[in-house]
Amino acid sequence: MSATAAQRFLQDAAVKSADLVHREIILHGLESYDAAVLRGRARFKDWEAARRRCQEIKWEAVNHLDRYLLQFEERVIAHGGHVFWAANGEEACNYIKNLASRQGVRTVVKSKSMVTEEIHLSPALEKAGIKVWETDLGEFIVQLRNEPPYHIVTPAMHLNRGQISELFREKLGEDIHGDDPTELVAAARRKLRRAFFAAEMGISGANFLVADSGLIALSTNEGNGRLCTSVPRIHVAVTGIEKVIPRLEDLAYLWPVLATSGTGQPITTYSTLIGGPRKPGEPDGPDEFHVVLLDNGRSKLLADAEQREVLHCIRCGACLNICPVFRHIGGHSYGTTYQGPIGSVLTPHLRGISDFQHLSYASSLCGACTSVCPVKIDLHHHLLHNRRNAARAGTTKLSERIMFRVWRYIILHPRIYALTGWLARRTLRLLYGLGLAGSIVDPMRVWNRRRSAVPLPSESFRTRWRKGLATN
Amino acid sequence: MLATNSERLEQIVQHRVSLFVPCFVDQLVPEVAVDTVKILRRVGYQVDFPEAQTCCGQPAFNTGYWDDARPCAEMFLRVFKHADVVVCPSGSCTTMVRSFYPELLSSSPLRADAIALGRRTFELSEFLVKLAGVTDVGATFPHTVTYHASCHGLRELQLRDQPLQLLRKVNGLTLIEMSRFDECCGFGGTFAAKFESISVAMGDSKAETVAATGAEFVTAIDSSCLLHLQGILGKRNAPARTIHLASILAQEKT
Repeated sequence: MSATAAQRFLQDAAVKSADLVHREIILHGLESYDAAVLRGRARFKDWEAARRRCQEIKWEAVNHLDRYLLQFEERVIAHGGHVFWAANGEEACNYIKNLASRQGVRTVVKSKSMVTEEIHLSPALEKAGIKVWETDLGEFIVQLRNEPPYHIVTPAMHLNRGQISELFREKLGEDIHGDDPTELVAAARRKLRRAFFAAEMGISGANFLVADSGLIALSTNEGNGRLCTSVPRIHVAVTGIEKVIPRLEDLAYLWPVLATSGTGQPITTYSTLIGGPRKPGEPDGPDEFHVVLLDNGRSKLLADAEQREVLHCIRCGACLNICPVFRHIGGHSYGTTYQGPIGSVLTPHLRGISDFQHLSYASSLCGACTSVCPVKIDLHHHLLHNRRNAARAGTTKLSERIMFRVWRYIILHPRIYALTGWLARRTLRLLYGLGLAGSIVDPMRVWNRRRSAVPLPSESFRTRWRKGLATN
Repeated sequence: MLATNSERLEQIVQHRVSLFVPCFVDQLVPEVAVDTVKILRRVGYQVDFPEAQTCCGQPAFNTGYWDDARPCAEMFLRVFKHADVVVCPSGSCTTMVRSFYPELLSSSPLRADAIALGRRTFELSEFLVKLAGVTDVGATFPHTVTYHASCHGLRELQLRDQPLQLLRKVNGLTLIEMSRFDECCGFGGTFAAKFESISVAMGDSKAETVAATGAEFVTAIDSSCLLHLQGILGKRNAPARTIHLASILAQEKT
């Protein structure tokens, strides 16, 4: 029997959380991120007002998704582009695969897109004999390692320069000495430049779909996005339906807020608007422009009034970066396309509550994520809602359900509560007196195994109250 | 006839409060509640402890068992129905009452009562600073102390300065700020048991930031965080010890 997603998560999280080298790499990376974001937010006259504005924009878009998507489609078609509505990953992959084979595509260059990870597009294309190049440096690195991205924004966050240098020496056959970033980037560039000019198809994601103008908005930092979308003769943008925004001027808020939350930058290095294929007389751009709009469970989430706002997410990664659980278990332990708090909230909706409910429990509900979300998604309360939905659906463990039923009986009867407490403390004191704290016979062993034993006073507060504390 | 909420809050002038003691404080660290009583009396309040209270229901609520948590909330509302002001030495259990009862009881006839009781339920430091208007409770504690901001108090109740204001007025106390003082310690209720390794790793990181301050004590407004952290510090034989804010504020000159 193969391990379930929950079992794999427990194992991987246990290994990673004890891996001190990993912890140091991540904390080191995130410390400079934290400082950059603080500086970035300080550039806003009123950061909180900007967050509220972005929340309003996304609320408006998500709550009128049908209207804005149709408007977007109409404008794209008017620009000479094509729009394909994909109900799921398979439909999206098939559309792109068929397009590629019709057009004789043998090489594809990709800029960073989590949606293509979600639908496993690269493996699908490679199975059809098409060579796929990830051209975002981080994505390129994890592709060479045969790994999924570690983080939705920073795919190779878990690696240091030394590891990347070694990887390039081994996989690219490059003669690299040391771990100078300039030299590493140059090595990747030498490889990727050739790919850009060989590719017949470029695939990108989209950070926003602008309804009133039929444009897709891309935020990138390396320039690879512009090469992917303008050099090959076909450009396909694959994106979730929730990415639509009403108006072009909304980007005045969303672009800087996304960049600030994601990396602390005032705006990403390249902010690109793309509106269709090359028109007569234009010097560059693709001959064909396709947008694949992916549902893949999103419309189910849209129907859930309580959690609809999860679709506000602009994938900035801020909730991952601040999450103490993410900081200790890292991105790969989640076993999902979207890691961290947003992934824990979203994945049960995309891939089923029974297989992915454990992620909603793998949180201390500290609320740090909610405090930084640029579109103010109530992330940690949605984790609570997922837990409630899991308990209600009856997919939680039977032993746990019985335990809480017994617990409830005790709590509702103050005398039984007091007696149970007294008895438990007496028994445990006896047990711990024999040095058995944390042992197999200790009912508190998951607490006491790796923590010193809980204190067990002889008297509870209520007893002390009755014994004389009550007199004011 | 019950008095309206604002009339009830005025009762504070009459200096009467009801004590809400979280179940784990009652059972595992009763001295925290004893110290809470001491402080409240010292600043001039009569303290009442309704003995029919048990647990606010948070363990079941946070684990998803809202149907099991709901009757606990309803019982809590009955027990404290006649209380003018409820004071609790825990940010987390105060959060349960104030922030989560209204949602838990959203389709119950008791929802309005829950909202009203939530508005007159206060975490200890919040009560002292915001309602009683006291920051100097006459405590003496000649030690170095670092403060950990517990999550529920910080992010659900917006308690940022109140505990620090109180600590700054303690005689002889030296406050040392720890880095990432607002990062979760890793307790998280049933999370600490369900995901032992993650919880312990988070606790380890917290223990390291505590150690980096060189402080003798780490304090917080929640015994749950402190029990977890004490367990981690104890296992590491770390020199720092945990102490609840109430237990610092209760110390008098000997």
